[in-house]
Amino acid sequence: MTGTPAAAPDSGPNDEAADHDEAGHDEAAGHTAATETDGTGGAGTEAEGITAGEWRAVEHGLLLLRRLVLLCTLLPLTVAVALALGLTAGPAWALFALIPLASALWGWGALARNWRSWRYAERADDLLVARGVLWREMTVVPYGRMQLVEVTSGPLERKYGLARLQLHTAAATTDATIPGLTPGEAERLRDRLTELGEARSAGL
Amino acid sequence: MADRPATADTAGGRKAGPRYLPRRPEGRRLHPVTPWRRAWAPLAGLLAFTAHDFERARDWSSHLTAGWVLLGLAVLLPLAAGYGFLTWWCTSYLVTDTELRIHTGLLFHRAAHIRLDRIQAVDVSRPLLARVAGVAKLKLDVVGTDSKDELAFLSEKEAVALRAELLARAAGMAPEAAPEAGEAPSRALLRVQPRTLVLSILLRGGAWTMLAVAVVVPVFIYLATDSLWPALATAIPLAGGFWASGAGRFVREYDWTVAESPDGLRLDSGLLDRAHATVPPGRVQAVRIVEPLLWRRRGWVRVELEVAGGKGDETSVLIPVAAWDAAADVLARVLPGVGLDAAVASAAPAPVRARWCAPVFRRGFGHGTTPTVFVTRKGLLSRRTTLVPHAKVQSVRLSQGPWARRQGLADVWVDHGANGAAVARLRDAGEAHAVVSAQAERSRTGRRSAGPERWLT
Repeated sequence: MTGTPAAAPDSGPNDEAADHDEAGHDEAAGHTAATETDGTGGAGTEAEGITAGEWRAVEHGLLLLRRLVLLCTLLPLTVAVALALGLTAGPAWALFALIPLASALWGWGALARNWRSWRYAERADDLLVARGVLWREMTVVPYGRMQLVEVTSGPLERKYGLARLQLHTAAATTDATIPGLTPGEAERLRDRLTELGEARSAGL
Repeated sequence: MADRPATADTAGGRKAGPRYLPRRPEGRRLHPVTPWRRAWAPLAGLLAFTAHDFERARDWSSHLTAGWVLLGLAVLLPLAAGYGFLTWWCTSYLVTDTELRIHTGLLFHRAAHIRLDRIQAVDVSRPLLARVAGVAKLKLDVVGTDSKDELAFLSEKEAVALRAELLARAAGMAPEAAPEAGEAPSRALLRVQPRTLVLSILLRGGAWTMLAVAVVVPVFIYLATDSLWPALATAIPLAGGFWASGAGRFVREYDWTVAESPDGLRLDSGLLDRAHATVPPGRVQAVRIVEPLLWRRRGWVRVELEVAGGKGDETSVLIPVAAWDAAADVLARVLPGVGLDAAVASAAPAPVRARWCAPVFRRGFGHGTTPTVFVTRKGLLSRRTTLVPHAKVQSVRLSQGPWARRQGLADVWVDHGANGAAVARLRDAGEAHAVVSAQAERSRTGRRSAGPERWLT
């Protein structure tokens, strides 16, 4: 596989992130082990002015899952394009197959960057979710405003031991989703958010 | 024989109709004039067909004789009347201590239970024909209700009494006292003079633009295609657009009255169709101040408000046009502790370097906060200032694209409960981060000081 060298640097944060989660299960607050996992510049600047040291990363399984989906779509496409053009139009035309191959290579790295940009932090009164590399977005949802906490997990996500947590407030424009949690962490977060939401609940 | 158990069953307490009719849901009925609103349906269908396929309709009409017309009427009218009667028969409403229950549906039964403490606004409207018949529609704005959840029609007296009862119960008045609570006294705050309204509409660009488009485009199409039909086909919707922004606005906003009562704000308006809205205290999610270019010299403003569960995307009007001071007075009643001058003055313009992101529009962008509201401003020709009370903020978002990051800028979005968001465009990135964290804190303290949902408790 062409992408394996790129995967090596990511395995570090992966192990670290896994460690955080286990620590987080024991102590519901989860303040302890959570540190900034990305040393690479850029994404870290978003934390300025909000919090430092409380951010938690999402599971490495999410990256594996997304890379799998990427390769499963683009590699067959590469082969199909190469075969179709090579056999019908001539061998030189088969070079067009490099386009999906190049996107697969670029996507391999882009997915890692995107995965690293997904972070969330539980604070005393609100939940922070940050994401995005080029287009960055950070959402602050006060616990008292949560109307519904939803945990979903598709068949592929279940295979990778992942779950997705989505928060709904009375405003449909609120877009707070955390993909790539372990089911245990998602449930813990859901229960905690529901509990905090009840304690701090407010009308519209 | 087989019917016996059924009759015995329905006889138990509930007023049941004759056997051959469907079972009546419990509760009060609508006004008997209601079935007639369905009577126009076949007629409208016929008209739509004529408009759709004019040639064929004319062809048919030449074959029509008086006998056929009579036969058609003899079939259609009883059908329409029967359908109207049956839907009326199967519709009822019931007020309990905590809910308004509406049962509808002839074939598919539908029971809507609307919680009274979640009422965001109560609207009583009287379309022209309903005014002639002395009836009114009553509609509750609750998050998630749709057009099916309106009571149409009630007699005018009944509608007003029901509104008073619903508001009294929603306010947390004792259940026994609520039915006799009666209409709360109201005090007029503002009344828009017809002259001012006409002048304000004439001074807006929208109506003139629509008029120009409605005249120019069909003429152009006629010249280009040399046939009348396409020109007419485009002229009609464009004329509709002109109507909506010009004359229609006058008819809708004629005699606009804002009054204050213990139940909240009362907004009465309309020349032909009268509308009476009541917005209880603490229900306003956001207020927008609109200042079109030509109004500014006169110091006029238009004030729009957003209430959760309102009519979708369309915002409701609080004041169609008023002088600055009068609008500030009304606003101080709607959002206690909010000064219009202070709020508008707090909006600081976006940094000059934002011109690399939004060359011209940058001048319109502004943002600021006061102790009570989050303020954003946009627009050059028509300046729109949005105020969101801190207590109504649902979530805060910060977003930043690659180009904006190069300039060190970011946008701050504030989502409120009326399914909308106010955005402070292109702020300095450091300031934006500070705003996001400060806004979370302000919203928390703002909520603590917010009034109770049942406002009389």
